[in-house]
Amino acid sequence: MESKSFTTGNRDNPNTDLHGSKNMMASHFLRALFRIQQTSTSSSSFAGRSRRIRRAAYASMAYSAGARRAWSRALLRKLRSRARLRFPRRLSRTARPQRRDMDQAQVLRKLVPGGPSMDYCKLLEETADYIRCLTTQVRLMQTVMDSISSYAHHPMIP
Amino acid sequence: MPVEMSSRRSSRITDEEISELISKLQSLLPESRRRSMSRASAAKLLKETCSYIKSLHREVGDLSDRLSDLMSTMDSGSPQAEIIRSILRS
Repeated sequence: MESKSFTTGNRDNPNTDLHGSKNMMASHFLRALFRIQQTSTSSSSFAGRSRRIRRAAYASMAYSAGARRAWSRALLRKLRSRARLRFPRRLSRTARPQRRDMDQAQVLRKLVPGGPSMDYCKLLEETADYIRCLTTQVRLMQTVMDSISSYAHHPMIP
Repeated sequence: MPVEMSSRRSSRITDEEISELISKLQSLLPESRRRSMSRASAAKLLKETCSYIKSLHREVGDLSDRLSDLMSTMDSGSPQAEIIRSILRS
């Protein structure tokens, strides 16, 4: 079975320049990883380094979309304000039954950067782009991981 | 019609446009999540979309942890660092 890698195609909308932004994302993320690796010492905490990597991931997502998208503009603002990057990771445990799509839209607004100020239609458009970008970033991170760990297991013999 | 429509829009957003956007979201869900969605309501689709986004956020976090782990084994002279350098050069 073919494994999906960062470099093989996905179901790109031919109208969006995903190739250009994919390269930008990769180059930005790798540069950030390299900087993190250079500046972290043996005494750096694992959690601290992991936080910096996570931040770099969202930064490269935001820079690849640039000013074109409301979600990326909101994310860039958040990153520049040096606010602590908070993305809800835990599954929501709301007691209230959420049946109408307006209730779900409220949940969605908290997940998509800039969501709270979007109308319903805009929210749906931005969500689609945000998801595409997130999946690209995840594939990128998986590829980097595979490359690095494959060398850990098969060290090059000079 | 959704009550939160922006008053800045000059044209009415039709139900059709909304349902088009929702089916676009449906197409972005991975295969495993799409199976039960063929006759799903907009609410169900949005719920699934929210769940999917949360799992993607979790994945970014997990992969960051794992990369952090791997990087702790790297020093500036290691082959792994060399890989990153060479990708950046190309």
